[in-house]
Amino acid sequence: MALGLHRRAGHQPRLTTRQQHERRQRRRSSLIAAASTLVVLVAVVLLVPRMPRWDRVKKSFFDVDQMRDSFPRLIDAFWLDVKIFAWTTPAIFVLALLIALARNSRSPALFPLRALAAAYTDVMRGVPVILWIYLVGFGVPGLGLERPYNSPLLWGSVALGMTYSGYVAEVFRAGIDSVHESQRAAARSLGLSSAQTMRFVVLPQAVRRVVPPLLNDLVSLQKDVALVSLIGPIEILRQAGIDKAKFANFTPYVVAALIFLAVTIPLTRLTDYLWQRERRRTSGTRVAA
Amino acid sequence: MTPKVSLRGVNKSFGANTVLHDLTLDVSAGEVVSFIGASGSGKTTLLRCVNLLEQIDDGAVLLDGDEISAVGRDPNPIRRRVGIVFQSFNLFPHMSVLRNITLALTKVLGLSSGDADTRAAELLARFGLAEKASVYPDQLSGGQQQRVAIIRALAMQPEVLLLDEITSALDPELVGEVLDVVRELKGSGITLLIATHEMAFAREISDRVCFLHAGSVAEVGAPSQIFSEPQDERTQQFLRRVRSH
Repeated sequence: MALGLHRRAGHQPRLTTRQQHERRQRRRSSLIAAASTLVVLVAVVLLVPRMPRWDRVKKSFFDVDQMRDSFPRLIDAFWLDVKIFAWTTPAIFVLALLIALARNSRSPALFPLRALAAAYTDVMRGVPVILWIYLVGFGVPGLGLERPYNSPLLWGSVALGMTYSGYVAEVFRAGIDSVHESQRAAARSLGLSSAQTMRFVVLPQAVRRVVPPLLNDLVSLQKDVALVSLIGPIEILRQAGIDKAKFANFTPYVVAALIFLAVTIPLTRLTDYLWQRERRRTSGTRVAA
Repeated sequence: MTPKVSLRGVNKSFGANTVLHDLTLDVSAGEVVSFIGASGSGKTTLLRCVNLLEQIDDGAVLLDGDEISAVGRDPNPIRRRVGIVFQSFNLFPHMSVLRNITLALTKVLGLSSGDADTRAAELLARFGLAEKASVYPDQLSGGQQQRVAIIRALAMQPEVLLLDEITSALDPELVGEVLDVVRELKGSGITLLIATHEMAFAREISDRVCFLHAGSVAEVGAPSQIFSEPQDERTQQFLRRVRSH
């Protein structure tokens, strides 16, 4: 500690001309960034309140009392979103992995399985999520299933999971394809079966490579959970709609948006961080400028 | 005596490109045979046909007189007896050096992980890599990676080891350490089939040298004969070209 202080106080490392230049460049960049941020903020704060209807918008979207009133109900309702997210996510990963493995199977005998898996991903990615939630969420309970198997919440979640597993399967498939054929050759040459090769050699490498896009899909799923509300369950978006109708005020929607952001932004930052780390790890050299 | 490896009229093509053409050769147990020849002459494909990474179109590959290339044979038991080392190492990047070596020992040979670790540690120590056991492949030099790849193949205690241009991806100063490992294997009873561009090494280590041209054996014989008094005109031309560099 003492040594460190001494160094910092007494010994200024001499910088080369290039390092001095780079330090000046860095300072200039942060200065420009700070200045431009300030200009934008000032413009928003000064100009928006001068708009002719600002008072009304302020009252119907940013009513503080309304916020206080709605917040507990919305947080309660958000709990349902979290639960739907929590039980669909593992199901999506398992189903998607099975589909990706089916699509990557090589045996000619498994052609029907490959074709089925391909058709599944095509259909799931081709139909709008909302439409699929309507079809499955209203259609399956309409078959006359007994409680609790006729719940729109259940079948809405299933529909959401089906759609997302189509996307996630493609991510897994891309990861599996990205593992070089020579890795399979090495594993097979040691006598490992093709299933062992997939499990011990190909999949671990594939999954590691696709962690960032997988997290991206999770962030997206976290928001799309709200779509299940369209067939009935009272989660946050629907609760906000109820409050809006009751108080004739849009503030609950703003609160709901903020609650979503409070979850998705940290998740997105984490995704970015992992993405950057993966990039640094896999690309040996970086271009200087 | 039955040859260890026997290639009988082997044909192999990729699409319209014929890579092996009526290739016939016998290799005795414990023999070291090097394959030389221009790029595309079929060296790599020949080796890959011996451990069934490629399926031949016609002819037969025999191991101890047993036709391993027969249609429908399970390649896995055969690959336990015939190891291969690749030009580009092909270590598993997500596993430590130790785990690279023990994976097949536990999953294929069914060794306990304790026994597998012991066998791997012994081999690593024997080839001067004991302290690298817990390191990942990316943290090793090319020469070290290739030595680990050789150990990984050797750990299976194969009867035949195929070495596919194992020094071609290495910096010149790293070639020696890898070739030293191969020198140590000669005479251990293992049968070595070596595809190589290292002429001096082929001359030094081989019992026989085989010159391949357009997927066939153009000439085969003792190293001194192939390198000093090549009979075939194509061998002479090839060696002139190689030596003029």
